[in-house]
Amino acid sequence: MSVNLLKLKIDGVEVSVPEGTMILKAAKDNGIIIPTLCNLEGLAPYGGCRLCLVEISGSPKLFPACITPVGPNMEITTNSDRLKEYRKMVVQMLLAERTHICSVCVANDHCELQAMANQLGVDHVMFERKFTQEPIDSTHDFLVIDRNRCILCTRCIRICDQIEGVHTLDLKLRGKDSEVIMDLDEHWANSCSCTSCRKCAKVCPVGAIYIEGEPIGHTKNKEIAAFIRDRRNRR
Amino acid sequence: MKEFGVDRECKVARTGCIGTCSVGPAVLIEPGDYLYQSVTPEKVRDIVRDHIVLGLPVKDMLYSNREYFKKQHRLVLRNAGKIDPLRIEDYIAMGGYSALEKCLATMTPQGVIYEVRTSGLRGRGGAGFPTGQKWSLVARAQSSPKYIVANLDEGDPGVFANRTLAEADPHAIIEGMLIAAYAIGAQKGYIYIRSEYPLAIQTLQKAIAQAKSMGLLGNSVLETPFAFDLELRFGAGAFVAGEETAILASVEGRRAMPRPRPPYPANSGLWQKPTLIQNVETLANIPLIIQNGGAWFAKTGTPKCTGTKCFSLTGKVNNPGLIEVPMGITLREVVFDIGGGVADGKKFKAVLVGGPSGGCLPETLLESPIDYDSLTKVGAIMGSGGIVVLDEDSCMVDTARFFTEFCVDESCGKCTPCRAGLARVKEIFDKITHGQGEMSDIGTLEKSSVFIRDASLCGLGQTAPNPVITTLRYFKDEYIKHIVEKECEAGKCFKTRDEEEEA
Repeated sequence: MSVNLLKLKIDGVEVSVPEGTMILKAAKDNGIIIPTLCNLEGLAPYGGCRLCLVEISGSPKLFPACITPVGPNMEITTNSDRLKEYRKMVVQMLLAERTHICSVCVANDHCELQAMANQLGVDHVMFERKFTQEPIDSTHDFLVIDRNRCILCTRCIRICDQIEGVHTLDLKLRGKDSEVIMDLDEHWANSCSCTSCRKCAKVCPVGAIYIEGEPIGHTKNKEIAAFIRDRRNRR
Repeated sequence: MKEFGVDRECKVARTGCIGTCSVGPAVLIEPGDYLYQSVTPEKVRDIVRDHIVLGLPVKDMLYSNREYFKKQHRLVLRNAGKIDPLRIEDYIAMGGYSALEKCLATMTPQGVIYEVRTSGLRGRGGAGFPTGQKWSLVARAQSSPKYIVANLDEGDPGVFANRTLAEADPHAIIEGMLIAAYAIGAQKGYIYIRSEYPLAIQTLQKAIAQAKSMGLLGNSVLETPFAFDLELRFGAGAFVAGEETAILASVEGRRAMPRPRPPYPANSGLWQKPTLIQNVETLANIPLIIQNGGAWFAKTGTPKCTGTKCFSLTGKVNNPGLIEVPMGITLREVVFDIGGGVADGKKFKAVLVGGPSGGCLPETLLESPIDYDSLTKVGAIMGSGGIVVLDEDSCMVDTARFFTEFCVDESCGKCTPCRAGLARVKEIFDKITHGQGEMSDIGTLEKSSVFIRDASLCGLGQTAPNPVITTLRYFKDEYIKHIVEKECEAGKCFKTRDEEEEA
């Protein structure tokens, strides 16, 4: 089966990529890294964090690179001043939304939000920070969820559903009150569907879901979703 | 009537709303189109005796405000207040379902789409996408089965146009859906209606049952091979479910969260099958277009924006109600001629066009014509068709705060700008209206609202900052006054907690 190659430009560089590729992947394959937090290879794209927005010439709109497929002769800009400004805004809004204090966070130094703030040069937060104080659920034998650190990227929900296949995790409520819950909003220890597979902790970009007593560097494994999906496809 | 012995010559029928909210209940006597206002059981006696028995209309009880109807042009609401919505026979007597018959007997699906294209009709849900073009996209999609979803999830505060339509003329919606289904090749349709509309739900349920029993819905519509079935789906109280990708998730039984497009519903909608999503007002136009031709329809309105639009006219206006006006009419005509100007002799301040995510426009922009493109240019939107008139007692800062609060509550929480951003904007408003505002807040508001508009995933987030952006553009003085002088001319802000609780 021949794959149709499309010619397009990303940040002025002419590239050719197979039809159907998402812009994010097309850029990555050509050495251009577009920032993202909710996207994770191996999981269905979500389009929620809005960090990967790019400009496509001819349209005033911004497009999420994780979920927009490439088109013939597209001219894509991934790093204009406006986009840089907007990405800083996203990170600031996430930092202001709940409780993010790096020095007392399990994920310190292993946190994608922290790294993103560094990388994008976020040196202050222009909004009043919220410092929510939701109770932490540590009822499970070793898995802990601290919803104050959650950025609602839904990686945990998607890996639980799409890779582990049990759909223990989901969202309750809406808007700013959205929370990740287990089963019908049970304590984690009472969840009857959870298989304790730890995949949620492995892919959490921040310190919201972690394994008690285990160094965070050992816990994380961001390639797990893509790895398992690959293995399954080989069969 | 029995008392006067005329109960054999006259018939009393219930109807849907005629749209004159300020003078209800209303009674219409035919022939002659005599409309009586603010009718009470005692007044009915006089009306029956004088008008029906003696033939002398009771002049001082007649609807006095003819201006209200003069500038209106009722196409969608053609039957509202004139027929009994619970009787399919009434609708048929007014020419109903003859457009469907014409389609099935004499037109090809392509021919139907051609007429709709010629009419220039654009989606009445708010975005204004050309209807004919949408239909051809779905018709051309390869996969099957195909679905059609009628959107009756009218969630905006103070907007009641779709509800009135469903309660007054349910068969116009059903006929529109049938014609659309024939044109695109769909066999199954859903009307997505919010649970907060019990009367509209009952009316539609009855209408669907009647249509089924008369062979207008089912395996063989009007004894032709064309099959189409219709079901109602109820919303669970989420404003965002009216967004076209969220409505699909909700109809499928999932959480009403929008998803990025593409893929567009025309190719991948309900259960990944091609799906046509149309507002019910758009659908109610379809029978007229088929009956009279697309060219006839295109004569109304402006060349780029044909036909009429229903608006819920509310706020501080003398004649609030449901109106239907040709596209291109100016805001001034709507507010002052049809609406009769600002109530209680107060001074006009602003008009909010397009619901909670519309724009607040000042008096200088009252000459703007109402059509999709002109409204977008001045910072408002057509949206769901809400027009709220604000007088001098309204505080623009407080108004923007109110609508931001609504959108904060209704945000689904999927994307960062709408979820985390709008909540911050609302907090800045709380600061300002409680006397703790700083001049730098104006900059933060401006920056974040433009960001939320550009970066949000769906229409809710993209339009939610409109009230903020437009009030900052047209009423910046008021913001400065609130921040620097801690003064609210309308007396709405700077209340203590106790005062707020009392209010």
